[in-house]
Amino acid sequence: MQPFAYSEPTTLAKATGAAAANADSRYLAGGQSLIAAMKLGLSAPAELVDLARLPELRGIKVEGNGAALTVGAMTPHAEVAASMEVGARIAALAALAGGIGDRQVRNRGTLGGSLANDDPAADYPAAVLGLAATVNTNKRQIAADDFFKGLFETALAPGELIMSVTFPVPKKAAYRKFRNPASRFALVGVFVAQTAQGPRVAVTGAGSRGVFRVKSMEQALARDWSAKALESILVPASELQSDLHASAEYRAHLVGVLAQRAVAEA
Amino acid sequence: MKIPFSLTVNGKPVSTEIEPRALLVEFLRGPLQLTGTHVGCDTAQCGACTVLVDGKPMKSCNMLAIQAQGANVTTIEGLAQGDALHPMQAAFRKHHGLQCGFCTPGMVLSAVGLAGQVKQPSEAQIREALDGNFCRCTGYHNIVKAVQEGLADMTA
Ligand SMILES: Cc1cc2nc3c(=O)[nH]c(=O)nc-3n(C[C@H](O)[C@H](O)[C@H](O)COP(=O)(O)OP(=O)(O)OC[C@H]3O[C@@H](n4cnc5c(N)ncnc54)[C@H](O)[C@@H]3O)c2cc1C
Ligand code: FES
Ligand code: FES
Repeated sequence: MQPFAYSEPTTLAKATGAAAANADSRYLAGGQSLIAAMKLGLSAPAELVDLARLPELRGIKVEGNGAALTVGAMTPHAEVAASMEVGARIAALAALAGGIGDRQVRNRGTLGGSLANDDPAADYPAAVLGLAATVNTNKRQIAADDFFKGLFETALAPGELIMSVTFPVPKKAAYRKFRNPASRFALVGVFVAQTAQGPRVAVTGAGSRGVFRVKSMEQALARDWSAKALESILVPASELQSDLHASAEYRAHLVGVLAQRAVAEA
Repeated sequence: MKIPFSLTVNGKPVSTEIEPRALLVEFLRGPLQLTGTHVGCDTAQCGACTVLVDGKPMKSCNMLAIQAQGANVTTIEGLAQGDALHPMQAAFRKHHGLQCGFCTPGMVLSAVGLAGQVKQPSEAQIREALDGNFCRCTGYHNIVKAVQEGLADMTA
């Protein structure tokens, strides 16, 4: 690993200040993606700004009489998975967090890190987009529909810090993931939700431009919330990824199957 | 540039200076000479390097040592009391939960980290919980039996 400078600021202002002062710096959350990338030389920041000493970035809050949950960016996956608040209000989110990687990864990896990283096969992006969540940063609030910009690309400006994510509580929701057995990431993952604004279907692991919504499925579910309503809907393989793990056609098939199973489960 | 680094390892306070880029596993195996923590894949896949950080299993090859600043780290060397094996180690021995032993330190710590999480976990729950620990020898069968008994003995 390349040498780098390291700081562990104890105030938000110092953290964002340190990042602003050095264009070649990166925030360090759980390190489960960043350290791995640095070991491989894929990333070589000059400075790491560790977010571990900022308790305000951690924890789970119930908002507005239970209408929404706000999860701090530094909350580890294991904490979301085990949270009674999340389990009672958005069980699909707790289950999704509990299915990320393995126990060791879930003890370190965080919500904010997963979203900032925006791996096209990551699980959280499907929940954030599927639940129409809001990403709260130190500068603004970003709607899920505006946050994800492609493979490993987000709307975050350099140095912009994710503070938390607010998830509106849906009427019902479910996540179904076909796990890549080697990497544990989603070969395909489908998050479905019946929200106040109508049904949403978000797909991760499959899109050639990252996580995406399937509007044709959402329209069908608005008419009839049932697995059957999705039976004849195909996602075009031309917009999906093809790699050594699965062809685009196979992924297209999985999107349909998983979406139906998720609707049946929700 | 080295920075001050203090933590507790196997119950003993350690205060030193380290390079920020040192991985936790490098710090344990190098300066501390605790070579029971193994490096299998070095890419966060196999779990051989698993240690407990504040009681939670984590992969020491995929975190900086400095991320354990102030923490309580337990390695395999910290489990036995003198000549008396920890109940989880004893259960692994009794049930032949190891063959070559390479994965064993990580496997045992991952299992110890389960204590108190679920009461009497089922075989399926144990298999799921050990998802991040690979063994190339045993076929997992005896490992699961050992973990079941080890957990029961830990709470006995
Ligand atoms: C073996 C293994 C299996 C995995 N399996 C899965 C899986 O099945 N599904 C899945 O979704 N993920 C999986 N992951 C990835 C895991 O969820 C990571 O924890 C996550 O992607 C990154 O979170 P982190 O907290 O570790 O972030 P880090 O690695 O610390 O940071 C990642 C990036 O985000 C930036 N960042 C971090 N926090 C913030 C913030 N608050 N604001 C702005 N930028 C920030 C960092 O600068 C860095 O660029 C796996 C990882 C491993 C090692
Ligand atoms: S050596 Fe750390 S997970 Fe394999
Ligand atoms: S005993 Fe040989 S790898 Fe597990």
